[in-house]
Amino acid sequence: MPETMIESRGLRRVYRTKKHEVEAVRGVDFTVERGEIVGFLGPNGAGKTTTLRMLTTLLEPTGGEAIVAGSDLRLDPVGVRRSIGYVAQSGSTDPEARAGEEIVDHARMYGIEAGTARGNGEALFEQLDLDGMWDRQCKTLSGGQRRRLDIAMGLVHQPRLIFLDEPSTGLDPQSRANLWEHIGRLRSDLDTTVFLTTHYMDEADVLCDRILVIDDGAIVAQGTPDELKRRVAGDSVVLDFGDQRSTVVVAELVSHLDGATDPAVEGTQVRFQVPDGASALPLLLRSMVERDVDATGVQVHRPTLDDVFLTMTGRSLRDEDQGATDRAAA
Amino acid sequence: MRFMTDTWLVFSRAMRLSLRNPVWVILGLMQPILYLTLFGPLLEPVVNAPGFPPGTAWQVFVPGLLVQLAVFGAAFAGFGLIAEWRAGVVERMRVTPAGRGALLLGRVLRDVVVIVVQGAMLSVVAVVFFGLEAPIGSLIAGVAVVALLGGAFSALSYGAALKLKSEDSFAPVINGLLLPVLLLSGILLPMALAPGWLQTVADINPLTHVVDGVRAMYIDDLSSNEVWIGTAVTLGLLLVGVLYGSWVFRKESA
Repeated sequence: MPETMIESRGLRRVYRTKKHEVEAVRGVDFTVERGEIVGFLGPNGAGKTTTLRMLTTLLEPTGGEAIVAGSDLRLDPVGVRRSIGYVAQSGSTDPEARAGEEIVDHARMYGIEAGTARGNGEALFEQLDLDGMWDRQCKTLSGGQRRRLDIAMGLVHQPRLIFLDEPSTGLDPQSRANLWEHIGRLRSDLDTTVFLTTHYMDEADVLCDRILVIDDGAIVAQGTPDELKRRVAGDSVVLDFGDQRSTVVVAELVSHLDGATDPAVEGTQVRFQVPDGASALPLLLRSMVERDVDATGVQVHRPTLDDVFLTMTGRSLRDEDQGATDRAAA
Repeated sequence: MRFMTDTWLVFSRAMRLSLRNPVWVILGLMQPILYLTLFGPLLEPVVNAPGFPPGTAWQVFVPGLLVQLAVFGAAFAGFGLIAEWRAGVVERMRVTPAGRGALLLGRVLRDVVVIVVQGAMLSVVAVVFFGLEAPIGSLIAGVAVVALLGGAFSALSYGAALKLKSEDSFAPVINGLLLPVLLLSGILLPMALAPGWLQTVADINPLTHVVDGVRAMYIDDLSSNEVWIGTAVTLGLLLVGVLYGSWVFRKESA
């Protein structure tokens, strides 16, 4: 089994409309190792879905190349198809069809014999909390169940690599949390490498070992969620005191702290930012004891991926959600 | 071999879904039966009109109804594909190693089978209740030819549906093409009754030759020129339809 699951080099895609050309993906380079859960994070229209459709052989790249699950995307697309699973945003099953029939038929399109297909399907239904749904028509399933059925369909041929496009879009918070748990288990229980796209910061934060931030067709940052957060804003620290005198002392101490920003004093509160709050705080507290100053409250906030995106692109992800159309889906 | 298995898989899935909702097969049959009952009797006196081609009213009329049944049923098949595309079924199948042509042919095959069943029922009704006279071999061959014609139209319909991807643009295209093509094929009344210019236009329409071919089967036997021309035109349309449909299914944006 190859240790590198995705190796993308300069993959790009240009859409041609009547009037002009749109470069939806501007040459992306990245690598996904076996066993990783990697997330493509970016606003709608950033090129996430386009990249995913290229990697899953649904869309021919305008330029660049990629090795996906050991096969060359351009030279052996059928080889790629054999080894990957793909769960699209739009769903995968006919509303009138029965869930069990859909999954068995799907498995058989991979050349899997009927008995094995049924066995695989039933096992997945159990793992994904779809017990008792086998003979139900897909239209009678809830949104969360249907999404899990989509994922089961994508896994039925036991692919080594699965692509999930916006897996939790349109789900209520409880179903989302439930889905995250299942996605986490894909690796632990089935040894599947997961590549997903999301425009939710919290989702990327919870699920992914590594995040590729994509904006306007290019990767603007990559790293673990912690790395990204550290690189960007740093932790913000808020200290509260019983009197004004202490704030002056502490502000002076903070200004000697490695990497800390200038402290802001407001009433009896001192705020500042520091790259690694967890290791800076004990130092600060020790020197406060030496100066005989007591804090009444200490808070450390880790930056969110929202802050990361804002710093990387100058725009907030949330703004992009409003009414943006996914040109990649066109 | 792989191609056959894939086609069979797509076919049996589609067939299973159709069988679960057989009301459409019956509804598709309603229209020709209504024509047979409510329009057919008007033809009986017209048979003696000058210029009317040889054959009884039913020998002329039933072939037209068979062609209409096949073409209408198949041309609207694309609506089902648009729904499947929207549900994500088409894309889900396109990421499997299954052959692209199989994804089309399996569905076309389902439509052909439905048309065979409807065509057979229509022929039986015409013979039993309306006194259509034709050799049994001709009746069977007639159903076979229109089933292949239906295959051609269903492949074309799937191709157009997957290209347009919206019922709103698909419906006018189908309706806009279907009505003139059917009117110009002489399915209701033979084109022999038409003025010269209309006959010339109808001669260019391939469907005219299919209808004439089936009429010739019912009247004589299977060896007349019209029969061969009609069959050849049908096979030609089938080839064009399948080539176009598979091309669209293979295309990346589908």
